[in-house]
Amino acid sequence: MTHLPYFVAAYLLLMGLYGVTTSRNLIHLILCLTVVQAATYVVLAAVGYRPGATAPIFADISTHRPAVDPVVQALMLTDIVVEATVVALLLAITVQIKKRTGDVDPDRVDEFKG
Amino acid sequence: MSRGWRIFLFVFGAAGLAAAFAALSLPLPGPSSLRSRYLEAINSRTVPERHATDAVSAVNFDYRGFDTLGEEFILFVSVSGAMVLLREGREQHGKLLPDGMARGREVAGSDAVRLWVLAMLAPKILFGLYVVTHGQLTPGGGFQGGVILATAAFILYLGDGFDCFRRVVPHGLVEIGEAMGAGGYVAIGLLAFLSGREFLTNFLPLGRPGQVTAAGTMPVISLLTGLEVTAGFTLLMFSFLQETLTPKEDIDE
Repeated sequence: MTHLPYFVAAYLLLMGLYGVTTSRNLIHLILCLTVVQAATYVVLAAVGYRPGATAPIFADISTHRPAVDPVVQALMLTDIVVEATVVALLLAITVQIKKRTGDVDPDRVDEFKG
Repeated sequence: MSRGWRIFLFVFGAAGLAAAFAALSLPLPGPSSLRSRYLEAINSRTVPERHATDAVSAVNFDYRGFDTLGEEFILFVSVSGAMVLLREGREQHGKLLPDGMARGREVAGSDAVRLWVLAMLAPKILFGLYVVTHGQLTPGGGFQGGVILATAAFILYLGDGFDCFRRVVPHGLVEIGEAMGAGGYVAIGLLAFLSGREFLTNFLPLGRPGQVTAAGTMPVISLLTGLEVTAGFTLLMFSFLQETLTPKEDIDE
C-alpha cells in the first residue's frame, strides 16, 4: 500500500468536513476544521519522505547523507503556527456570537440561516 | 437549509470527492518513490552556501524567506482580528471583578502549585530563548521557540490567576514587541534592498557553520519571528483570559 498516506489524508479531510456539516456547536465545528487541516500535514509529511533518509539537520552528519525534504517541513511548521492563530480568531468570533445571540449552535444562530 | 438536506448534499459531494481523489491519486507514484530536485539542491547547498546546519530553518528564513514573511503577517492579522473582536472585554476593564472562573471556588490557590510555577518559569524562558537562537543550527527557530516563550506567560495564569498574569505581563510592551517583530522582518528585507541587492538577500557575514552567529541574517530573522510569535500568543491569551472576568453587575444580581 504505497498510496496509504494519500488515503489517510483524504479520510481526514472527509471526516473533518462531515464534522463541519453536522456540527451542533461552533467550538466543535472549529475543532473539526483543524481535523481538515491535519490532512495537509499528512500529505506534506508523506511527500517529503524518502526511505532510509534522516532528518535534514547537518550539524553532525555529512551533507551527502540522504535526508528528507526540508521544504515541506518548513511549510508544515509555519502551517501549524498560523493554524493556531486562525483558530484563536475563530474562537474570538464564537465568543462574540455567544454574547450577541446567547447560542453557539450554528442551526439556531439567525445570521447563519440561508 | 434543513439538517437532512445538508447531510444529503454532503454525502453526495463527499462520495464524488472520494471517487475523484481515488481516480486521480492511484496513477500517481507513491510518496516514497517521489524524487524532488529541490530537495537535493537545498540539502546539498545549505551548509556550504549559507553556513546553516538546519535545512528547515534555511528554507524558512532564507531561501523562502518571502513566504515566511507572508505567513508572519497572517499571524499578525489573526492576532489583531482576535483582539479587535474581544476588545469589549477590555473596555469594561475597570468594572470587572478578578476571575469569573474562580467564582464559587472558595479554596485559595495552592502554594505547591505556585512554587512549581515559580521554579519552572526561568528554565522555560531559558529553553525558549535557546530554541529561538539555535534555529539555524539544530531543530528550532523563531516559531517553535516563540510558542515555548509564550507558555511561560501562560503558566503564570495557571499558578496564580489572571490578576498575577496582568500584573507581570506588560500589555503595552507586548504590543510594541509584536509590532517590532513584524516590522523588523520587513526592515531586514528592506536593508538588503537599499544596499542594492534583492529584497531579503542574506547580506550579513555568514560566519563559521555551527556558530550561534552563523548564517548571516537567519538568526536575526529567527529572533524577530520569535518576538512576534511570543508577543502574538501572549496578546491572544490576554484577550481570551479577559473573557473569564465577570462584569460586576452580573454578580450584584
